[in-house]
Amino acid sequence: MSASAIFILDLKGKVLISRNYMGNMDMNKVDHFMPIMMRMEEDADSSPLVTHGSAHFLWIKHRNLYLVAMTKKNANAALVYSFLYKMVEVFKEYFKELEEESIRDNFVTVYELMDEVMDFGFPQTTDSKILQEYITQQGHKLDVGAPRPPATVTNAVSWRSEGIKYRKNEVFMDVIESVNLLVSATGSVLRSEIVGSIKLKVVLSGMPELRLGLNDKVLFEITGREKSKTVELEDVKFHQCVRLSRFENDRTISFIPPDGESELMSYRLNTTVKPLIWIESVIEKFSHSRVEIKVKARSQFKSRSTANNVAIMVPVPSDVDSPKFKTSTGSCKYLPEKSAVQWNIKSFPGGKEYMMRAHFGLPSVESTELEGRRPITVNFEIPYFTVSGIQVRYLKIIEKSGYEALPWVRYITQSGDYQLRTN
Amino acid sequence: MTDSKYFTTTKKGEIFELKAELNSDKKEKKKEAVKKVIASMTVGKDVSALFPDVVNCMQTDNLELKKLVYLYLMNYAKSQPDMAIMAVNTFVKDCEDPNPLIRALAVRTMGCIRVDKITEYLCEPLRKCLKDEDPYVRKTAAVCVAKLHDINAQLVEDQGFLDTLKDLISDSNPMVVANAVAALSEIAESHPNSNLLDLNPQSINKLLTALNECTEWGQIFILDCLANYTPRDDRESQSICERVTPRLSHANSAVVLSAVKVLMKFMEMLPKDLDYYGTLLKKLAPPLVTLLSAEPELQYVALRNINLIVQKRPEILKHEMKVFFVKYNDPIYVKLEKLDIMIRLASQANIAQVLAELKEYATEVDVDFVRKAVRAIGRCAIKVEQSAERCVSTLLDLIQTKVNYVVQEAIVVIKDIFRKYPNKYESVIATLCENLDSLDEPEARAAMIWIVGEYAERIDNADELLESFLEGFHDESTQVQLQLLTAIVKLFLKKPTETQELVQQVLSLATQDSDNPDLRDRGYIYWRLLSTDPVAAKEVVLAEKPLISEETDLIEPTLLEELICHIGTLASVYHKPPSAFVEGSRGVMHKRLPARTGSCNILIMSKLNSSLLSPQLGGDIGGSPAMGAGFGAAPTVMPASLNAPVGGGLGDLFDLGGGVGMPMGAYIPPKTVWLPAMKAKGLEISGTFARRAGVIQMELVLTNKAMSVMTDFAIQFNRNSFGLAPAGPLQVLTPLGPNQTIEVSLPLSTVGPVMKMDPLNNLQVAVKNNIDVFYFSCQYPISMLFVEDGKMERQVFLATWKDIPNDNESQFQIQDCHLNSEAASNKLQGSNIFTIAKRTVEGQDMLYMSIKLSNGIWVLAELKVQAGNPNYTISLKCRAPEVSQCVFQCYEAVLKN
Repeated sequence: MSASAIFILDLKGKVLISRNYMGNMDMNKVDHFMPIMMRMEEDADSSPLVTHGSAHFLWIKHRNLYLVAMTKKNANAALVYSFLYKMVEVFKEYFKELEEESIRDNFVTVYELMDEVMDFGFPQTTDSKILQEYITQQGHKLDVGAPRPPATVTNAVSWRSEGIKYRKNEVFMDVIESVNLLVSATGSVLRSEIVGSIKLKVVLSGMPELRLGLNDKVLFEITGREKSKTVELEDVKFHQCVRLSRFENDRTISFIPPDGESELMSYRLNTTVKPLIWIESVIEKFSHSRVEIKVKARSQFKSRSTANNVAIMVPVPSDVDSPKFKTSTGSCKYLPEKSAVQWNIKSFPGGKEYMMRAHFGLPSVESTELEGRRPITVNFEIPYFTVSGIQVRYLKIIEKSGYEALPWVRYITQSGDYQLRTN
Repeated sequence: MTDSKYFTTTKKGEIFELKAELNSDKKEKKKEAVKKVIASMTVGKDVSALFPDVVNCMQTDNLELKKLVYLYLMNYAKSQPDMAIMAVNTFVKDCEDPNPLIRALAVRTMGCIRVDKITEYLCEPLRKCLKDEDPYVRKTAAVCVAKLHDINAQLVEDQGFLDTLKDLISDSNPMVVANAVAALSEIAESHPNSNLLDLNPQSINKLLTALNECTEWGQIFILDCLANYTPRDDRESQSICERVTPRLSHANSAVVLSAVKVLMKFMEMLPKDLDYYGTLLKKLAPPLVTLLSAEPELQYVALRNINLIVQKRPEILKHEMKVFFVKYNDPIYVKLEKLDIMIRLASQANIAQVLAELKEYATEVDVDFVRKAVRAIGRCAIKVEQSAERCVSTLLDLIQTKVNYVVQEAIVVIKDIFRKYPNKYESVIATLCENLDSLDEPEARAAMIWIVGEYAERIDNADELLESFLEGFHDESTQVQLQLLTAIVKLFLKKPTETQELVQQVLSLATQDSDNPDLRDRGYIYWRLLSTDPVAAKEVVLAEKPLISEETDLIEPTLLEELICHIGTLASVYHKPPSAFVEGSRGVMHKRLPARTGSCNILIMSKLNSSLLSPQLGGDIGGSPAMGAGFGAAPTVMPASLNAPVGGGLGDLFDLGGGVGMPMGAYIPPKTVWLPAMKAKGLEISGTFARRAGVIQMELVLTNKAMSVMTDFAIQFNRNSFGLAPAGPLQVLTPLGPNQTIEVSLPLSTVGPVMKMDPLNNLQVAVKNNIDVFYFSCQYPISMLFVEDGKMERQVFLATWKDIPNDNESQFQIQDCHLNSEAASNKLQGSNIFTIAKRTVEGQDMLYMSIKLSNGIWVLAELKVQAGNPNYTISLKCRAPEVSQCVFQCYEAVLKN
């Protein structure tokens, strides 16, 4: 079904720790993994799936580690990758960061976790909050309160334990929208997409039932309230706590939330909005002498909003020298390691336009290496604002003990993958 | 304090030291020692010598220590099978521990100890755990059954664990259900004939209920299992789809893909005019697009699958071109896949955008990506005719960049554009010729040479150009050599006067100085052609070739179907069936999509289906240019003429008569004696039946073996199955003297009274003469009744085949027949058995045929012919299945005569 074995390797391909789940393959086969990867790298090739004979390696990289699943069957590849990423998440929750050091420092716990999250190639419980209830980092004595598997592990509600208690019951919601943009070198918008996410921080006692109301267009159409301002969510993805069939039936978002922080849902909209920050650039390269850059940035949202921490990265050739900048606002920095100029604007109100000029020298001997034409990228965030106009209309919280709980909502829009191609 | 200290190696005698520590009385010291052992094991040191000492620590009340010892056991038990038995007792004991965590740990570890000797000791504890009150233990025990099965399948069956496992599918706990499903699926996969996953509407319903409640992973197990089920009809199919669709909103990409798999498979059964079918199609696009925001590895899996989905159901994503535009920071494997899908989605509506993007990509720095982008431009030109001109000018712009690999790729694709639109863009040849010197890759050189040869009459210095290549003939790769040979022969045929020397030279290089058999053979063929009959040579070599087809890299439809059934798995990423890369799966059944009505031959349906969906895949019998490429899974653009000659093409060239290309007359069985003289007072009647020019004829030979003259002949038929009746009187006008013989043809009609006979083709005849009335019966070949307009429309065939219930299908073997499929088809056509389509799968030709009987009954047939195998398989489908036997006899008779 999925993996025969899982390995965690260092950058050189040495096995740091491994777990043989099915016992049907020679564990030494993993020694072929790194040589294949090196060969591919030489050919400027890369693939998340490499093969050696009958062994298939599905791998991901995290920091200085490779997580490699090995199989000889027609495994469910999507499941394997998704599981490997989940493993990373679990380890991060346990050890703050997952890297070579943390594996060595916690190998006993790593073994325990590997034993628990997968059995015979079938992923089991991977919810780190639940795992933490019975795989703790200190040793246990069986007679004095040895942990038992929390009922949660096998419950239908496998993400929340019973008996949680808080003095003050609250829910914090963040509605975060990321704008992905791709603009061609000629200035036409090729793709514009909003990826939204609603994050929860739940501080609630007991087993509360929550219902979330959004200004969802489909819902409003069903209930005949078409006049209100609504948002058409193109594709919605939910945390496993949300009852999917209920949503499918009547668009109700109802759930028993996991405790603490989690992502409740994400959505995607393909509506073409005006790019929030528009960049026009002229990058002129005079071979053997200099590069001249002119960048104009314009904010195209309402003036009552303000974009914060705007960072505009403009690519320059890797061999430039003696940078000179002039800006109408903000500051510029040359980042040689990234071969880029970073123009920072702390606060960029709507409806404004700023300019930046940069001048670089070029060596008289030109490097023979071809450089790709990298795009200009922009980072920003705009608080109290969503591009889509999505609104949380209500969050109803019902718990059988009948406590009152307050929901808090924040909105923020930020740059996602925001790229403008250059000439 | 961290665990890393355990890795610090001590000096020599480490094992010895550890041994002492392991046997220490102090619990803390013991635990530390075990940790050190595990640390050594982790870094790959062999600590198996400590086996007995570590196992001694197993009986502990410390959970962490117990886990470590279990871990050690899993690693080394195999190398120390005898000592592993020492652990059995503890396992048995731990399986009864009051703490469910310990019980589960024991049962989980037990199954990982792959030592045959001890497995039987584990059966009792496992049996208990399967019935444990705690679901955590039960779900672990369920997996253990799969583990044990992998070690000793017989034991598991004998112990009845499989039945217990099946019972767990009805467990009240969703996690237990999910693991039981996973375990059963795993066992079923390695034992395909076990019929373990006996899925029926009830069990499906249970699974669908559990689907809503279990973890994300459990949902995947269940969805993957559901995908193996074939619903009984479209209503069941729809109701399953309805309950699976909500999974498309799951945050886990793997859940989404598994749900897509189920939907793609089951929607095959839904009627296309159903509203729900359209709804479902619309629901599939957004989640597929969202998968492209996942982590790159998952994007890659998604893209490889989208590639399949786009081929199977192009309508799902046809409006989503833009989401496949490449981003600068996409990993190369994502970029290349996106490019592939862009070309598949390219259409007249979006071609401008696509081209602008491709041009952008072609100026990137990543060589592989650039090459593929250039090729993509060429593919667009071939695919979208309206864009060809723009594509060509884009390619010319790119050639001007003079970037070596860009130029070479561009020339390769321009060659293909010429083959699709001959005599349209030859104005660019001059530009191409300027770049001759920079071509160093064989494919590009061969392409350029082909262009020069093909358009030799328009290139003034074609001879010089080709001559320049000839100098290093032996250093060239085979494809360049072959191309050079052909190009020079073409040149010679076009400009014979100036190039005689050149052609001599290349022919002798190819035939005398080369030991490559292809090159030599081709050289000799040209040589002989040229020396025997230059006019004929011209006709052969310079003949117009069929245009190349649009999409040449489509996945062969049956493979595509199989891959759709494997969405999300490695097979879908490799685009190969599991049997191609999983050991020991050769005998495993290939998965197939279900058929629309759930009860007909899915193979043929989907096949015809796909050819209907994309008309370019059509192809008449004899092969259209597209057929070779579409059906034969030729990976690259190939001259269609090499794959499948256009109808009669070969026949025109080589008048081989007999077997190939020539339709032959209807089969006529030899005459047999129907009425012996002894029984008819001296009158002997023999005869046969024939169909000539649409008229059924009874051909009789009457012999008078009596001593007296016979006169006044007349004939009458009894009622029979197809209403055969004499269309006129028996024409014996002169008296038949003793020892005289006369041959008579009696035309028959099919409008006589009908009565079902047994056998069906039995005919009772009465012949009268001046002496008496004689009765006999004979059997006519049913092929006499096959009418000339029996060639069914392809679409009608498809619909009819689906329409006729499966019970009406019968299968026969025709043994010892040595015809190839083409000859067979020709032969059958002579008897009005019409081939409607033909395809080739793994060396096996499938012919789809139709027959119409004189009374309007249609018979549909599928004939499988395997090269080198003299036994054919034939499946017949007919609304009146009783005719099948007779039809089969005709096949046999026709093919063997």
